[in-house]
Amino acid sequence: MTDANGGRPRDDDELHGVFRALADPTRRFLLDLLFARDGRTLTELESELPEMTRFGVMKHLRVLEEAGLVVTQRQGREKLHFLNPVPIRLIHDRWIDKYTERRVSALVDLKKQLEDPS
Amino acid sequence: MTATLTTTQVYRVYIKASAEKIWQALTDPEWTDKYGYTGFAHYDLQPGGAFKVVPNEEFKAAASQGGYVCPDVVVDGEVVEVDQPHRLVVKWRMLMDPEIAGEGFTRITYDIKDLGDGSCSLTLTHELEGAPKTAALVSGVNEAEGAGGGWAWVLSDLKSLLETGSTLAGRS
Repeated sequence: MTDANGGRPRDDDELHGVFRALADPTRRFLLDLLFARDGRTLTELESELPEMTRFGVMKHLRVLEEAGLVVTQRQGREKLHFLNPVPIRLIHDRWIDKYTERRVSALVDLKKQLEDPS
Repeated sequence: MTATLTTTQVYRVYIKASAEKIWQALTDPEWTDKYGYTGFAHYDLQPGGAFKVVPNEEFKAAASQGGYVCPDVVVDGEVVEVDQPHRLVVKWRMLMDPEIAGEGFTRITYDIKDLGDGSCSLTLTHELEGAPKTAALVSGVNEAEGAGGGWAWVLSDLKSLLETGSTLAGRS
């Protein structure tokens, strides 16, 4: 699983972009906004950052998009921004999820939990 | 300014595999049983064609151990659009829980885009209008209660399977 990039595992190229994107407080704030309410337009996001220019917000969104943390979709004339949790899930699964084995019982447990909240 | 309100969830994963391979992992029952929630997905790959997911024996055994009779079909639906190996649209309904099943069909679009460098992006768009319980389940918020991590978890597991040949829990 290594390539020409200094012997670094390939996955780390992807991860590098994710950590770089998350290192900036404005970008984390943009993700917070999308986490609270997904599918916002640039204008809506920009209105939450009055001290920043539209161009500045666009630049941050582009970094988030390149890292895969934001995915945009066209809806009519509008471009909507969605928080994509998959890259963070990949980090989680790499270091945290090692010992869990619950896939088989997953939905069964949910069912029990819904029926018996105690 | 009018605020957009959406119940749609969007997930994207980049996978070092061909579009054909990813398509197979999504639509071939032998592959769908290897990752995520497992189970054999059966698609009649034409508009209007039937779609269902049949649980494997291990899944059913775990269900009965939990004192619950697992239905013979855990997800059902209908194929809306097929553009192999790039786009698949299905109506989707989860049948494990009556309340979630009662929310009816939601709509999932899989888009596979070849990036030309031996990898593809897979984007899953789940339209969940009027289906808040289904939305919660697939977002993974009930994971701590054992409901699995939703689509983010499924796609992470799928990437792991296609790139390394094994899933997180070591199945292969």
